[in-house]
Formats: sequence, structure tokens, C-alpha cells
Amino acid sequence: MTTKEIGLPKQASTVIIKPSKGWVALNLKDLWFYRELAYFLTWRNVKVRYKQSVLGILWAIIKPFVITVVFSVIFGNLLQVSSEGLPYPIFSYAANLPWELFAASLMAISGSMVASGNMISKIYFPRVILPISSVLSNLVDFGFGFLILIGMLIFYKIPLTWNVFWLIPFILLAMITALGVGLWLAALMVRYRDIAYITTFLTTLWFYVTPVIISVTTIPEKWRLLYSLNPMAGVIIGFRYSLLRIPFGIPLYGVLASAGIAILILISGLFYFRRMEKEFADMI
Amino acid sequence: MSNLAVKVEGIGKQYKIFEEVNRYQTLRDVIVETVRSPFKTLLNPTGSESFWALRDISFTLEHGKVLGIIGKNGAGKSTLLKVLSRVVEPTEGYAEITGRVGSLLEVGTGFHPELTGRENIYLNGAILGMRRAEIDRKFDEIVAFSEIDKFLDTPVKRYSSGMYMRLAFAVSAHLEPEILIVDEVLAVGDAEFQRKCLGKMSDVASEGRTVIFVSHNMSAIQRLTQECIILDHGKMLLRAPTAEAVDFYLAHDFERGGVRTYSADEIPTSADPFVPLAVRVTDGSGKAADSLRSVEPIKIEVEYKLTAPAKGLRVGVYLMTTRGEYVFTSFDTDDPEKFEKYATRGPGRYISSCTIPPDSLNEGRFVIGFNASSYKVRRYFADERAINFDVNSTGAPGTQWPEVRQGPTRPRLGWTIEEK
Repeated sequence: MTTKEIGLPKQASTVIIKPSKGWVALNLKDLWFYRELAYFLTWRNVKVRYKQSVLGILWAIIKPFVITVVFSVIFGNLLQVSSEGLPYPIFSYAANLPWELFAASLMAISGSMVASGNMISKIYFPRVILPISSVLSNLVDFGFGFLILIGMLIFYKIPLTWNVFWLIPFILLAMITALGVGLWLAALMVRYRDIAYITTFLTTLWFYVTPVIISVTTIPEKWRLLYSLNPMAGVIIGFRYSLLRIPFGIPLYGVLASAGIAILILISGLFYFRRMEKEFADMI
Repeated sequence: MSNLAVKVEGIGKQYKIFEEVNRYQTLRDVIVETVRSPFKTLLNPTGSESFWALRDISFTLEHGKVLGIIGKNGAGKSTLLKVLSRVVEPTEGYAEITGRVGSLLEVGTGFHPELTGRENIYLNGAILGMRRAEIDRKFDEIVAFSEIDKFLDTPVKRYSSGMYMRLAFAVSAHLEPEILIVDEVLAVGDAEFQRKCLGKMSDVASEGRTVIFVSHNMSAIQRLTQECIILDHGKMLLRAPTAEAVDFYLAHDFERGGVRTYSADEIPTSADPFVPLAVRVTDGSGKAADSLRSVEPIKIEVEYKLTAPAKGLRVGVYLMTTRGEYVFTSFDTDDPEKFEKYATRGPGRYISSCTIPPDSLNEGRFVIGFNASSYKVRRYFADERAINFDVNSTGAPGTQWPEVRQGPTRPRLGWTIEEK
């Protein structure tokens, strides 16, 4: 009777336990069954973050905002970095916001296994739920940061067009990239704790090969195709295109290729994570 | 369709013992090792030896049966439960589980101190595999069971440990799985709460659900289970009806002549910095013995080592009858002066000892358990059946009548009789 209540077909509830060897299937059915857990963990992450800090929800807004102010002073005013004829603050914020979504997600995902060691060593659930809820909770922050962006657009009298809907694939691309790379790092971090330093280092390096501060037109033409293979370059350029109508400046097929690369990283990350999953409870 | 809830065939779990204290490595170590001795590292990438925590475990369990698992610390009980609840993957063997599994390996997993009671009920329920609709439906029942209704919207960090445990157990207890896996839940909480937990457990059992139950509480094992498995050093020693298994266990596991010493493989790494060395029972002349007289004082000694300072450490002993009823529990820092003086114990070797005054115990067989913990902080080590001994009541009050006296104690009560 209990089985019926929770909508579980009786036949499907036989679980086989045996050692897995090498690469294993992703078990997406199991993941679907636990989808509510992803929701609850996301909700917990958001709630706890805002309960623990006095400034609460403001934190989601303050960080990209302060960075934008600093960048505007240093790069916009002092160094006179080109912002394609637009005010530097909005040019910068339109990039800082998705970059923050990516960088914060990457940090959260890579540490998510170690941070939830207690749960992992006590209870069974598809472990990949933890990285997924890390990205989703950062998406909530992104949502609050986006409100400021709208405010800035109004302030600078830049009209929103239908182009704004192009943001959706670019937001997805940022999340996919963060999740793909993060899954590799999270699985490795269970074994090798110094991956935490590598993550910080990697994020910093990545920042400099992504046109957050500068405009992509600053990059010499012949390097742009190579540059476009960085999925985050595509995300930043896409954001500036969708919101500020700054032309792409890099070949579109390059962006598509980078999306392909991001998806490949995600798929390989999922499989690698799944392969390492069985060791998590032993190692943590 | 077969009526088997659990079918286990040759399950084994191998763990690696890492050379270093840390269970995880750093990339730097791996690179350094690979450069130093490339072949060794490639052949044995973790640089470690291994041991079998479980080997060749096979059994079946029908739907609606309650199975107990008993064994010493480190016998593999918890590993077996973790394999069955899919927390760890076995190294070899095969198992089939039919029905939804709920595990109470440790109640309150995933509770977040900042969230309110209400929020934690939903979160914990989801972690345990409940659907939102299901939690909604059982919400009132959970609140009623845990008796926290007034504090439902208070963050659980402000709860007393009793309230916390009640809430955590309440969520787990309402999971209503077809197969329930329980480990050690009853070792926590006050007597009232333990009674409640046991009651809930027997409800579950009597509703015809399958339960696998690990406990050191022999009376709970006897009350709740029909059959037991005895594990020793990762192997299955015996499967028998509960009464027989408990007898076998008590008869074979406890005979240690008044001294129980601990070897390194019996001490889990989680005990660190506490290292138990020995537990002794000595008679009036100070000799270790497993047969003592009730009219003489009985001294209990716990010898241990600390490898690092331990703040708030308390070493406690409890005395039980072999039927698992508690006679008393006592801690070495019960005395407020000692509590102050030993607020932090530095590294070194210690003996905590106490004396049961003469004329305290009735004749019979008793079990001494001990544990080392810091109140509400952590539990370093516990051996609930460290040692046992016989008490004979020659010369005790009332022995002029050769009848059996009821109860575990036989105090000399200083009767007076007045003729008015």
C-alpha cells in the first residue's frame, strides 16, 4: 500500500547491489526519482545563506555591484578601456553578472562533495544532486543580481529588446560549463584535497582569458577564433549582445563549437563523477 | 514472485588502510610518489594495504521478518548496513532488495542548525527519500510524535539535544519504508525517548514490515527480533533464533577473566585521540576476576591513553544485566570538583576507576559497558559489552533462605522492627 501511495511501481522497486566495474550508466531514472531532493537542497542553500548574513539577500547584489564600481574606476576611468561606446559600468556589469554565476557555481560545485560528507557517508541518494543544487542556488543569486541590471538599463536609458531572450541559451551555457568542469573537480577533490587550490587558481586564470574587463574587439583578429572556443567568452559576448546590442565580434560557429565543447565536458564530467561516486562514501 | 525482501550472496567489502593518517591524499603526494617510484605507484596507486571489513556474507530475509545483527565493535555490522542501504558499494558479491528501503543509520542527517523545525522536517524528509506530498500528509503526525509543536518555527540550533533527537527520530520513523534498516538509534536520548523509539520500532515490526536491526541493547534485540546473525571479524558466525543467538553471543564473547584489553584493529579511527587500553573488574583484594562476591567491594577500572588533549572528556561505565536491563550509569566527572579539575585532559595514560560498594548487587551475571565522550560534542568510543562477571551472594542479606531474590540489586537496607 505504501508503494502505491508514493507512486512507485512495485516491480521497479527491486534494487540490485553489486560491485560496479569501470564506466557505468548514468542512472538518470534514479536522478529523476530524487528530483525533489534537488529542489529542497537548493532551497536550503539559498535560505541558509540569507539567514546567516545580516545583509541577507543584498549579498547577491553587492558583490557584482562593488566589482563593477571598482572596474569602472580602474579600467573605465583610469585605463580608458574600450567599452564599445557604452558607459563602462553597464558594459562591465553585463559581464560581471554571468561571470559571477559561473565562478560562484564552480566554487560551490567543486566543494559540494566534501561539504556534504556527513550526508554522503550516511544516506544513499544520487550524489550528482549536490552539484546540481549548487548551480541552481547560484542561479537564484543571479536572479537578484539581474534586478540591478534592469535598474541600470533604465538608468542609462538603454531599451530592452526581444534580443533579451537570447540570454536564456547563454545562461544555460554558463551553467553547463560550470557544472561540467565542477563535476570533474568535485570528484577529484574527494581524493585529492589540494584540488581546492587548483579550483581557485583555475578560476582566476579563466577570468583573464574571458572578456569580462575588455571588449573582444581588443583581441587581434587572428586569435579570435581560438578565443571563441572558451565557452565563457561566448557567454559574456552573448550577454553584451542580448542586452546592449554589441555585435558578436567573434565567429558564431566558434561560439557554437564552444557550446559543443561545454556539453562534451558536461557529459564526460557526469560519467567520470558517476564512476568515482562509489568511492565517495569510503573516502570522505 | 518470491517472498524475499533481502537476498544477500557472498557480499564482501574491502577497505584500504592508508599509510598516512589522512584518508585522502593530495595530488602533490601522488606526483612525488610517482616520480620517486613509478612502478610501485602505478601498480598500487593508493600506496596502501587492504583488509576485508566483510567477507562471504550470505543470507535471505523474508518480507515481514525482523532480523537482528549482533557483534563486537569492528565486527562489520555497520558496514553491512551501509552496503544494504547502498551508501557504500560492495567489493564483491551480490544482493537483491525488494521494496523501499529506509535507513536509520544516524538520525538527523542533513539537519541544518539555521533552519527551523518545520523547514528541517521537509529537508530531512526529502533527504530520506520522501515525496513532498507524503511529508505534507504526515507532517502533523511527525510534529505530534516529536512534541515540538511550540518550537516549530524556531531554528533547531536553539533546540535542546532531547528536542533535536526527538524531531530527527520522528521524521525517520514516519518514513514508512517496506524495509527498515536501523543502527544504534536507541543508544541516544533519555529513557523516556528510548521507550518511545522502541515502541515505534515494534509498531513497525508488527505492521508486517521487514526490519534489520543492529543494537547493543540485548533486551531490545530480544524483544524485537525473531532471528539474529552474529558477525565476527567481518564473517558470519551464526544465524539462529534470537534466544539461541543471544545465548551463544553472551557465552562466547564475554569470557575474559575479569580483564578486557583492546587491540589496535578494534579501535575505529573516529575514536581519536581516545585510545582504550583495558577494562578490569577487581575484587576486594585488587585481583582481576570474573567471579566476585556481593559482600565485597567491586572495583571497575578503565585504562586509556589520550594522544591529544581532550576537552570535556568523560569516561562512563554502565552496569547491565545480561538481559540488557541497565542497573546504573556513572561518569568519572560526575563529581562537580572533578568536573572542574579535569575540564581538559592532556595527552597521556589514565586510569578512571570506581567502586561498587559491598552489598549492592544481587547474585547473577552482569555486563559492564563503558564509553568516552564529551557531552553534546562527540562520542569517542563505546564498548557496551566490554566485560562481564558473576556475582555470588554468599553472606548477603537473606541468604539463610535459599530462594531467588528478584531484581538486579540486593542492598543491605538496615531494617528495624519495633514492637509497639
